[in-house]
Amino acid sequence: MKILVAVKQVSVLDDEFEMREDGRDVDEDFFEKDLNEFDHFAVEEALLIAEAAGDEAEVVIVTVGDEDADDALRTALAKGAERGIRVWDDSLVDADSIAIARVLAKVVERENPDMVFTGAQSVDFGHAATGMALAGLLGWPHAAVVSKLEFKPGNERATIHRELEGGLEEIMSVACPAVLSIQLGINQPRYASLRGIRQARQKPVDELDLSDLGLTAEAVKAASRVRRMYAPEKGQAEIIEGSVAEQAARLAEIVKELRGA
Amino acid sequence: MAEIIVVAGQRDGVLHPATLEAVSAAKTVKGEGDSLAAVIVSADPDSLAGSLSVEGVDEVITVTAGSNDFQPEVVEAVVIALAQARKPSLIATAHSVDAWSFAPSVAVTLGSGFASDVLALKSEGGDLIATRAGYAEKVLVDLEFPGRETTLVTIRTNVFEPAGGTSEPKMTTMDAPACETSLNHVGWKEPADAGGIDIPGSDFILSIGRGVNDESNVEQFLELADEMGATLGCSRPVADNGWLPKARQVGQSGQLAANCRLYIAMGISGSVQHQWGMKHIENIVAVNTDPEASIFSIARYGIVGDMFEIAEELENHF
Repeated sequence: MKILVAVKQVSVLDDEFEMREDGRDVDEDFFEKDLNEFDHFAVEEALLIAEAAGDEAEVVIVTVGDEDADDALRTALAKGAERGIRVWDDSLVDADSIAIARVLAKVVERENPDMVFTGAQSVDFGHAATGMALAGLLGWPHAAVVSKLEFKPGNERATIHRELEGGLEEIMSVACPAVLSIQLGINQPRYASLRGIRQARQKPVDELDLSDLGLTAEAVKAASRVRRMYAPEKGQAEIIEGSVAEQAARLAEIVKELRGA
Repeated sequence: MAEIIVVAGQRDGVLHPATLEAVSAAKTVKGEGDSLAAVIVSADPDSLAGSLSVEGVDEVITVTAGSNDFQPEVVEAVVIALAQARKPSLIATAHSVDAWSFAPSVAVTLGSGFASDVLALKSEGGDLIATRAGYAEKVLVDLEFPGRETTLVTIRTNVFEPAGGTSEPKMTTMDAPACETSLNHVGWKEPADAGGIDIPGSDFILSIGRGVNDESNVEQFLELADEMGATLGCSRPVADNGWLPKARQVGQSGQLAANCRLYIAMGISGSVQHQWGMKHIENIVAVNTDPEASIFSIARYGIVGDMFEIAEELENHF
């Protein structure tokens, strides 16, 4: 039994930043990188299923990204996943979710997992598209924003909750293998232990390029291109200064004015 | 003479209200001579045709499905068949949880252009441009779709006014394409009993976020809200930790503070998802220790400070 979890190294922007010269992205000096918050939950869900299943179960982490993305991969491996796959190729530099899904589809064909999990969305761009695009390419059953999952290896169907608008959940049964995008709060993601972090450095990571997957740059063309990127006009609150007592008094005054009391 | 298709959504036979927002978005790039068709898949689509007959809709395409259950494969097959037959320049739908499931899959199958969570559409020299946010809303991105005959976009909800007015669109029926379905509806789980908590109906909300730090700190804010005559709300992390019931959660996966006039956000950084539920409120006061928190960019008043200290002082005034 094998669960493949696709993770993303997200870019966290500093508060002050400058655009790149071509105006199509932020200058890379202004980024910090981190494993996508949603992916912590996707990895945890896979580990819980694998641990309940015993020794036969394997959790494999895949990411599409350059050397920087290795940290995200190792973070997931440190939590207990068995091995990793990192795909990169210079022609992927402008890849969008759709292009990444096309890469992941080849990885799924190669790995033949019993389930594929992704985070429901990434915290940097929030496209919420990679997993479901992957499912479309594979022709696999799929569900987005899964907030509860009951699945045992070998089962032909899994029971899921889809978290809908307004806190309503739909309980569904889905045929397996499936691609599920995992919502925050589905579990309590573990922190990696020091031992886990040490072990993660030794865990095998396959580094693949497009040709290793039988792909060409043309085959993974993005479905959109950034024409320009810019900072939005931002409003700025009127800051209430003074001591804590003065600030609270002004806030109370605002409340009373607006409440007509 | 381009064609635009808007994919309507429904739940239990009720039109997803954001469908009419997607119509409004599509209308912003609808040129003279272009036509706009809305397609609806449900057990009884004719009953929804009336709600879709709004200004700007030239045609309603009804597809009768076996049930009102959301079946991504059925919606995908309908949209793919329509797109292949009609070669629309644009397919638009609301960025709803259902669309998260079907839209990316349609885009890869069609090989179309694709952008999700779109805030605005425009045409630049004949090229379709979709604007969306990036890097946790710190930037805006204008996307283009070079060489794509069709582009599929999902429209962020709560941004466009729903299309109104009336029209007399042409009515077309379409047979549901044969396809396998791999998901079965089992049931609904309603949000836990709200116990009288009414975030959508409340006109004054005091909301707490991650900054509250521990379950044991929550009680004092319940008391403060009570003294002030406010409803206590919260952001997602507080509800996920089980410190407050989900019925108090403001934001995309919680409640929309629809009738709120005054919103005090304490210890809330202001994620996109939280903003979805409260950004529209006229009077927002933010209390946060981080002067760079994005909540300050949408608030009318801000206090850079400790939510516990401010709360303690506030109690003296109510």
